[in-house]
Amino acid sequence: MSQGQGQPGVIIAGAAETTRLGKLPGVSTLGLHIEGALNAVADAGLTLRDIDGIATVSAPGPVQVAHALGITPGWIDGTGVGGTSFLLHVRHAVAAIRAGYARTVLITHGESGRSRVDAARMAPAPSSPAGQFEAPYGTLGPTTTFTIPVLRYMKEYGLTHEQLAYVAVAQRRWAAKNPRAAFRDPITVDDVLASRMVAYPFHLLECCMVTDGGGALVVTAADRAGEFRRPAVHVLGTGESSETPMISQMADFTQSQAFRLAGQAAFAEAGIAAADVGHLMVYDAFAHVPIYGLEALGFVAKGEGGPFIAEGHTEPGGRLPMNTNGGGLSYTHTGMYGMFAIQEGVRQLRGEAAAQVAGPEISVIVGNGGMFATSGVLVLGRQPR
Amino acid sequence: MPTPETQPFWDGCAAGELRLQRCTDCSVPYFYPRPVCPACGSTRVEWFTASGRASLYSYVINHRPARGFEDDAPYAIAVVQLAEGPRMMTNLTGVPSTPDDLVLDMPLRVVFERRGDVSLPMFTPAEPAEPAPPAPAGAAEVGR
Repeated sequence: MSQGQGQPGVIIAGAAETTRLGKLPGVSTLGLHIEGALNAVADAGLTLRDIDGIATVSAPGPVQVAHALGITPGWIDGTGVGGTSFLLHVRHAVAAIRAGYARTVLITHGESGRSRVDAARMAPAPSSPAGQFEAPYGTLGPTTTFTIPVLRYMKEYGLTHEQLAYVAVAQRRWAAKNPRAAFRDPITVDDVLASRMVAYPFHLLECCMVTDGGGALVVTAADRAGEFRRPAVHVLGTGESSETPMISQMADFTQSQAFRLAGQAAFAEAGIAAADVGHLMVYDAFAHVPIYGLEALGFVAKGEGGPFIAEGHTEPGGRLPMNTNGGGLSYTHTGMYGMFAIQEGVRQLRGEAAAQVAGPEISVIVGNGGMFATSGVLVLGRQPR
Repeated sequence: MPTPETQPFWDGCAAGELRLQRCTDCSVPYFYPRPVCPACGSTRVEWFTASGRASLYSYVINHRPARGFEDDAPYAIAVVQLAEGPRMMTNLTGVPSTPDDLVLDMPLRVVFERRGDVSLPMFTPAEPAEPAPPAPAGAAEVGR
């Protein structure tokens, strides 16, 4: 029996990204939140006056975003645990709506990741554990930390450099079908391995881009489905967990405990198994992360993620379409990519994606925060449970 | 920049010792420094001096240097498995930063390198012939 049975349903009634993505030096971080919010509220066919709950990360934070939009919230969530935060916001909004704390929740993302117009500082505080015990060793953001586990994985499970490179190749095949993707030209494994070394074993094309952009969601009760402009997307199950604030303290470098626990919770609530999933998004800041995601949620056995992708099963025509917008590697990546993974899941279930998969009933979104620090997982459906 | 909870660790480094903490209730050694045992929640914890022996758990070779590391690039940012059990991030010294020279599970030993105001624990290749590490510290002499 699934945990969510008997609970009132919750839907995503509006979903939209900023009109443009990429390099937007003329828009601030707050401006990107506002643009995403206005687009999502319009997508739902609502007005800002209909919003009574707000969720986003700091900075700029829910108080700033709500005030800028003229929203007076009766429910506020400022959970800021990295790029997966927006998946946690959806989970928390589900609980709030079921509890009657809010009726219509707006979740916003905006990040001037590339142009850095009023962007949040990223380096750890010098007295924090990461500031004392990692930063002194010459770390420089995710390329030097998120990447460290993979050599251990390669040794333990035999993942090859070519298989790792193929993750980028597979996702570029989706991006080629998506006019909004930043990088659309086909690439080969040789191209990936010939690209500049960033942090061995990661080449440039195995690392996500950094862009400006945003997006937002409107979440409300499922008994209102039909009141909105676009087809409702049902939130069937959700999960969240955290593991470690420092990559060096990750319990096992070959698997993400946070992905696994969040996934188990989401699947249990939705009452589904991996075989029920027709579309999958796995946060891909780097090429190894989708491999860890496939394995943590049980789509493949431990050690089989790399071969599974290299055999073509996740690319166009494959049996488990994954990262169909092109992902952080080829579509866009503002820094906190989770919002864009949700957006693509919504588009696929509505049937309006650029690279549309044939009629998926269930889309699963696997979010990552920090460097395998946190995870949120959403099970979204075209139909209510 | 130390905090009161981490000061003994940095004092140890300045004295040429790698100091870890362990729980006097469940005997589990742990790192990073904090006033509670992550295994059992006990606040009865103590400092001890680790052997300094370790092995190479994983790493990257960074080609885009952080500020202050311009002359070192490319350089390895590694995570080592201490003989006592905990892992920590470090840099490697006395070995070229190439995949051929950096072999996972190779034996290492701690050395301390002055960087600015602090003495920083780093690791360098050790002879494989060195004696095997003892049982996890505290397992024998500290009971419940």
